[in-house]
Amino acid sequence: MATKEKTIDQEQYKWRVQRKKPKPAVLRNTIMAFLVGGLICTLGQGVLVFFQSLGMSMKEAAGPTASVMVFLGAFLTGLGVYDDIGKVAGAGSVVPITGFANSMVSPAMEFKREGFVTGVGARMFQVAGPVLVYSTVTSIVIGIVYWLTRLWEARL
Amino acid sequence: MQYLMAFLVGGAICAVGQLLMDLTSLTSAHILVLFVSVGAVLSGLGIYEQLVELGGAGATIPLTGFGHAIVSGVFEEIEAKGAVGILSGVFKNTSMGLAAAVFFGFVMSILFNPKG
Amino acid sequence: MTGSKKLGKQTYVFSRPLPILSTASVVGRKEGEGPLGEYFDEVITDPLFGEKSWEKAESKMVREAVDIALGKINASYGDLDFMFGGDLLNQLIASNFAARDLPVPFYGLFGACSTFTAALSLAGIALDGDFADKVLVTSSSHYQTAERQFRFPTELGVQRKPTAQWTVTGAGAAIIGSSGSGACLTCATVGRVVDMGITDANDMGSAMAPAATETIKQHFEDTGRTPDYYDVIATGDLGCLGKALAEEMLSELGYDMSKNYTDCGVIIFTPDQDVHAGGSGCGCSATVFAGYFYSSLLNGDYHKLLLVSTGALLSPTSTQQGESIPCIAHAVAIEKV
Repeated sequence: MATKEKTIDQEQYKWRVQRKKPKPAVLRNTIMAFLVGGLICTLGQGVLVFFQSLGMSMKEAAGPTASVMVFLGAFLTGLGVYDDIGKVAGAGSVVPITGFANSMVSPAMEFKREGFVTGVGARMFQVAGPVLVYSTVTSIVIGIVYWLTRLWEARL
Repeated sequence: MQYLMAFLVGGAICAVGQLLMDLTSLTSAHILVLFVSVGAVLSGLGIYEQLVELGGAGATIPLTGFGHAIVSGVFEEIEAKGAVGILSGVFKNTSMGLAAAVFFGFVMSILFNPKG
Repeated sequence: MTGSKKLGKQTYVFSRPLPILSTASVVGRKEGEGPLGEYFDEVITDPLFGEKSWEKAESKMVREAVDIALGKINASYGDLDFMFGGDLLNQLIASNFAARDLPVPFYGLFGACSTFTAALSLAGIALDGDFADKVLVTSSSHYQTAERQFRFPTELGVQRKPTAQWTVTGAGAAIIGSSGSGACLTCATVGRVVDMGITDANDMGSAMAPAATETIKQHFEDTGRTPDYYDVIATGDLGCLGKALAEEMLSELGYDMSKNYTDCGVIIFTPDQDVHAGGSGCGCSATVFAGYFYSSLLNGDYHKLLLVSTGALLSPTSTQQGESIPCIAHAVAIEKV
């Protein structure tokens, strides 16, 4: 296509495809995502309660809990199980922090053959990198707003 | 009860992710970025803290909780140190999870090979 | 007189039938477990095929297919005048690295999944032009090498869309001679690049169906044939959705494909093999032809076959930049003479 504008033929073809295209089983997928995601979080709650029973506050226990869940996600990815869970659970295994670990281990492992620096080291952040970038930038902007609000309130 | 709430809140957050995946053309990478940012914004508005009180791990384990952890760290540091806290707070509450992710990620990718 | 072998706009009719002397197919385990499993020469159970990387394994599959095809007719590398081959990987590393070990003049081709019929038609042209006596064509694909290059790391927990296709792990080879009988190349219709504006890289079947439709229509217009001239018309890897779209568009153009139209990507797997819309990849039409169709031609189940391999000419870069997917299809007629 020389231009980005769609021709009439292309427009018609888009409709033809839309009509025939199989739709994802949204209801089933959503239920599975709910169940698996819920189970992972319930497991996380168990870990959290365990750390709290050691005398940590809820806030103190959050970091260790995240670490244990990250370990589980990384380990299951190494065993080759996490992608099978993902096929069924979809977002249910992507959104929890175990999925974040999966997104780091799977490319790192996959690109080991391209070397430990250019493969493992660089590729580990293929998905995790963008997550860190946007969470950091968003939070800093929110932090600036919060700081300015406090300054303004102090002047009043 | 807290387990049930963790299940319900966590499951609901994942279900929203699934709906976005199925009904839009967002990939899982887009979903993660979107969720972590939305979590940060909801945290800034003071909403996410209530969700954590309600759902416990159901709100902290999904990646939205990661955004919340960053923003809460930034706020705490701003309270304590002023403007410096905007930067120094970013990894305050998240350092452990991140360090674990990098370390375990590295170890697992050394120990295992992809099955394909 | 130039152009006398050209018929109509895009079809080249060879001055004599060019016999396919031998074929070979090497496939992965999933393909071996599929409905066509018994037709393949070799099924490898280990995706690494004893090598250190999947890319090396794909290359080895190509060499293996070449050796099997040569062995079937007791020929050696020295008997081959050309090799035309290709695959899906960047810079054609599977084919180029296989050709590194073969003392055969080599042209590397990229036509995405249309490579097999691109290679067959070029072999026909080289042989018909008396530039060669025996020509080798190969094409290959490998699930894991394609996944990591075009999509995600294989262990990433993602859910596939129902329109997604499963890249066939397989290498096909064929050796074509300059005269004789048997299953012969008789003509080829070379496709044009067609882009109907599909941007979804998870839906290659819809992207490629118009290219297949265009080439098949052109083949009928150029030759004056109708679909019932052939016992079977097989597209390369349109999958379930693409096949249905191509069939619908051709029927609107007045070509009834309902009786003898099939798609290699649809028949290589069964729906319960978790492949969604079907198989895809350079190895799809190559192994289905080299395995199933070639033996069906030899044993007389089919006499006339139109093989239309279809290729989606996208790259991860073009997808990320939001480009639509240009596609191509080449048709080759193979008839029992």
